[in-house]
Amino acid sequence: MATSVTTRASGARSAPDAPVTARRSWFRNAAPTLTFLGRRLVSSAIVLLGATFIVYMLLAYSLDPLEELRTSTAPNKEALIAARIQALDLDTPPVIRYFKWLGSLLTGDLGSSWVTGQPVSALLSTAIPSTVQLVAASTFLAIGLGVLVGIVSALRQYTRFDYSVTFMSFVLYSLPSFWVAVLLKLWGAIGFNDFLANPHVPPLWIALLSVISGVLWSSIIGGTTRTRWVSFGAAVVATAGALLFISNTGWLLDPSLGLVGVLALGVGIAFGIVALTAGLQNRRALYASLTTAVIGAALYYPLQYAFVNASWGLMALLAVAALAVGLVVGYLFGGYDRVVSMRAAAVTAIGVGVLLFVDRVMAVWYPYSNASQINGRPIATIGSQTPGLSGDFWVQSLDKFTHLVLPTIALILISFASYTRYSRASLLEVMNQDYIRTARAKGLSERVVTTRHAFRNALIPLATVVPLDIAALFGGAIITERIFSWSGMGALFIKSLGAKDADPIMGYFLVTGTLLVLANIVVDFVYAALDPRIRVNS
Amino acid sequence: MSITPPLEPNEGITDPKATIENTENAIELKEVEGLSQGRIVLRRFLRHRGAMISAIVLLGVVILVTTSIGWGPIPGWWKYGYRETSDIVNAGGAPTMGFENGGFTFGEHPFGQDNIGHDGFALVMRGTQQSLTVMVVIGLLSTTIGVLVGAAAGFFRGRLDDLLMRFTDMIITIPVIMIGAILGVLVGGANPWSLAIALSLVSWTNMARLVRGQFLTLREREFVDAARVAGASNGRIMFKHILPNAVGVIIVNATLLMASAILLETALSYLGFGINSPEVSLGQLINEYQTAFATRPWLFWWPGLFIVTIALCVNFIGDGLRDAFDPRQRRIPTKRALARADARKAKKSQARAAARA
Repeated sequence: MATSVTTRASGARSAPDAPVTARRSWFRNAAPTLTFLGRRLVSSAIVLLGATFIVYMLLAYSLDPLEELRTSTAPNKEALIAARIQALDLDTPPVIRYFKWLGSLLTGDLGSSWVTGQPVSALLSTAIPSTVQLVAASTFLAIGLGVLVGIVSALRQYTRFDYSVTFMSFVLYSLPSFWVAVLLKLWGAIGFNDFLANPHVPPLWIALLSVISGVLWSSIIGGTTRTRWVSFGAAVVATAGALLFISNTGWLLDPSLGLVGVLALGVGIAFGIVALTAGLQNRRALYASLTTAVIGAALYYPLQYAFVNASWGLMALLAVAALAVGLVVGYLFGGYDRVVSMRAAAVTAIGVGVLLFVDRVMAVWYPYSNASQINGRPIATIGSQTPGLSGDFWVQSLDKFTHLVLPTIALILISFASYTRYSRASLLEVMNQDYIRTARAKGLSERVVTTRHAFRNALIPLATVVPLDIAALFGGAIITERIFSWSGMGALFIKSLGAKDADPIMGYFLVTGTLLVLANIVVDFVYAALDPRIRVNS
Repeated sequence: MSITPPLEPNEGITDPKATIENTENAIELKEVEGLSQGRIVLRRFLRHRGAMISAIVLLGVVILVTTSIGWGPIPGWWKYGYRETSDIVNAGGAPTMGFENGGFTFGEHPFGQDNIGHDGFALVMRGTQQSLTVMVVIGLLSTTIGVLVGAAAGFFRGRLDDLLMRFTDMIITIPVIMIGAILGVLVGGANPWSLAIALSLVSWTNMARLVRGQFLTLREREFVDAARVAGASNGRIMFKHILPNAVGVIIVNATLLMASAILLETALSYLGFGINSPEVSLGQLINEYQTAFATRPWLFWWPGLFIVTIALCVNFIGDGLRDAFDPRQRRIPTKRALARADARKAKKSQARAAARA
């Protein structure tokens, strides 16, 4: 990347054809970019080819498929060995075998596992969806949470909150993933399931958690001493109240939000979204979002009928419908600045839609956890679904969630810290720029300065990391998959390596390597597109 | 800086933030007056509280690990070896460490025992020795490789740069844990040294890229021209003139590399592709005893705690080094430093007033 992308500020060389004439054709404008893309593709292909060669050679010399036969006591040992050598073509030198592999790859044949006889493409096509299911949620959650915490931490630089976040991220950096995952299995699953047998939160815990939440909120909100104490008190009371409610009504055994819950949380979402995106003094946006929240709550009972024959397709349809409702409401309310209201209302609509979905999933929690296959221990520790569990869409979804929750937490804990550090550093750098001072000098409110001017620019460096992480997502989480017995890409790799089975490993690497190389190209273009100081030149 | 409210026009001079910044600069200048770069860095590092605490803890761990069961020529003072078995003291081999009869006791087996009577403490000490060995070897070796590759690529540029960087890209394309596992199978799991060397061969890539970037910028600087005019050879310019200027980046990244190296080694050993039984490493211990987690959690706790402690300390030291080497890094003065600066200023103005009077 460094060779091909130079910043305009530092790269003193300017292209000879720099003066732009109006008559330039599209092609000549696009030509440098196309050349750049072409060169990048070619060099990436070479890199990938070299990498596959390295991996192939390493595999050829480290895996010995004859190992078990050498020590076997079968009477026809010699014949077996000869047969396997014949089958795996072991007499040919590895370099030639690599080119044979490459030749069959070009015809679309990835080879097959010699242990099970399954073709590699079949193995991959079952492993990839399973891995994506496991890792996608955690990757996006980790990005979202990490950026959020990093931003807050940067805005509250050198406060206790900032120091705690920094310390926490260092601890998370240093945690071995296998250790965390095993601990989560113990506390998250076994501990929580035991707790569900008698879900009463001890008073000491209520007190402790309330104080923790109070300290957290007061340091996030900050401000004067008085504001701090008010937010501390409010957070303590709210947390203690919620915990007491949960503990005394056995809410965890049969949770639901209900109409009241959906309405209250929806209004909360509306206020939060408007405060962030438009500012509460923008009454039109506020009323639009509140109306959307109320519409969502009003649809609570009618939607229960629609949910009877639910599927993911229907959910997607409803999400689109919610988005449309939000946009329309925003449009109807909006004055001269419609887009702001529309955006806030649409986001609120999606939020309320998620609440309705969660409420419906909660409704099957009680029958689910009391089903004979679950037997009151709903949080699963292994696999991706409960065998032999039958049920409608909601039960199946809940089953999926209970299996996903622990691996997702484990993966978030591991990757969250780097996003926090990254976004914090990036926002701090942006906040020191001159244009932020200019924005303040214009008299813009701190919210506008932060969300419109600083936040967006702080995200640019993140855009260079996220594509790579999404590409790495397909490689699976080798350790997490193993601990939670998830049969995805990582498990495929580990199993094949243990079985001395080279072809599936090559298939695995081909997928991850190709995606990574492509992601690198995407990063270059995204960066150039987002930051005009960066220019691609070939 | 955190968000500051826009300055009132007449407030500029008495604004607390501005005062802080001024005093801060004054303190900073006062502190570094007449000191060499090395002294400044050392001083900043020594003042980084997290890094200093971590350095002390890490040193403690290293001393404990080397002396307790002995390491090579160093004799050990602990009574059990890591392969010895002895009678199981507590029920199930539970740790004997704890509060007993009002006092704290270590007992026979402070970290407990496994089901056949291995001493947990000795096992963890041996595992830590192995993991530390791997960490340090990877840190040193891959730093060396990375510096050499990066220096050559950045200094000579052109075709060599292209070649080396494409090769680096190839290695980067392969996920570290994947190639680590393959190499782990290749070298066999008996010896931490061979594992460390194998892993160093794939973990130098980041360092090479960073060093290359440093060299690319530094080679255009005037002092390089001066050295060349004075007749210095390429090697001399690279290692005597440019390298010392890039040392901050190198040291910081070597530290962070070590932190990820110990995590990589333990992860591989956990998966069974790193250090294997009968040899012991922290990841291998966790792998071996994770099934006994419900019955003998101490066998799982202690190796994990040592991994976390070591990785955390190394990370903090790296952070401290980064702050120490980064000249842009400004320390926010503590209240005490501010008060002292204020007192100094007051004294000075008093003296001035006295002189004028």
